[in-house]
Amino acid sequence: MSLALLKEHYTNKNIIMSTKNWPLWEVFVRSKNGLEHRHFGSLHAADAEMALENARDVYTRRNEGVSIWVVESKDITASNPEHNGELFEPAQDKVYRHPTFYDLPDDVKYM
Amino acid sequence: MKNENLYNYILGIADNSLILGQRLGELTGHGPSLETDIACTNMSLDLFGQVRSYYQYAAKLKGGDATEDTIAFLRKERDYVNVLLVEQPDRDFAYTMARQFLFDVYHLLFLQELQKSHDITLTAIAKKSIKEVSYHQRFSTDWIKRLGDGTTVSHDKMQEAIDSLWTYTDELFHQTAADKAMVAEGIGVDVTALKVKYYSLVNAVLEEATLKIPESKWFQKGGKKGIHTEHFGYILSNMQYMQLAYPNMEW
Repeated sequence: MSLALLKEHYTNKNIIMSTKNWPLWEVFVRSKNGLEHRHFGSLHAADAEMALENARDVYTRRNEGVSIWVVESKDITASNPEHNGELFEPAQDKVYRHPTFYDLPDDVKYM
Repeated sequence: MKNENLYNYILGIADNSLILGQRLGELTGHGPSLETDIACTNMSLDLFGQVRSYYQYAAKLKGGDATEDTIAFLRKERDYVNVLLVEQPDRDFAYTMARQFLFDVYHLLFLQELQKSHDITLTAIAKKSIKEVSYHQRFSTDWIKRLGDGTTVSHDKMQEAIDSLWTYTDELFHQTAADKAMVAEGIGVDVTALKVKYYSLVNAVLEEATLKIPESKWFQKGGKKGIHTEHFGYILSNMQYMQLAYPNMEW
């Protein structure tokens, strides 16, 4: 086998290998009506329908949920940890942005 | 035994789920991906849950020292009356899903009828199982379509699996003596009446999955009479090992 052919062979093989991996999906589960969906974890699936079925089997088999959302991980835009300084630190010394300067009546829960 | 027909009838239902559950359980840690591995184990556990209810009922009918465990583990090969389909091995994932699909379609039709039984215990078990089995059917149907209508390789593997397992489908609709007696009492399901519906449901999925419907009219039978394929002894020795090595052991 010539070197050029060999190279082509491995290139093709790599293409096949890479398509063999199912894309990654993020799973969000609502545990009870009235609560928000929470991130439960991630899994691999070929498409959205399979992702839902897999999520059902992997994350909700002990009656954990009443609703599942799946979203392909690549569709999530995440903040860059390197920018944490500029994004979050300026808020640290601005205590007046927290509503801690007035008394809450005892009857008000979940604040 | 007073209710021998009912006892045998219950085994005829439960043994299918026991052996299929065992087959699916063998895949634990060997599934093609983590997600499908867990899915197969889930189905296995669903089936074992159903099996426990059936065998507990059977043990009560049998009386004496009988328990769900003695019925599940301590019978001889010829005393297991599951259909041949469920004991077929997991050659690859296409086989596993084809076997599951060919059984699930039957299982769901069967439970829908069993809900109408005059025996309230069987009605209750059927009602509880239907949700689980509906999901099994959805899962396996999905995979028939995915692999059948997938790549050339997946299509060929699924076609081969369907072609090989097809010969075991007809036995699902054979009536045993216990069946006939229970149908007459309004307790049992007349399986012969499910056949037309079964093949029309199965064929519709196969067509959607671009698979050929096998034409062979020659079918295997025997499981319902305790005459099993060569695979069965291996399943049984695996299942019975603990009870034989440590009689009466408890987990």
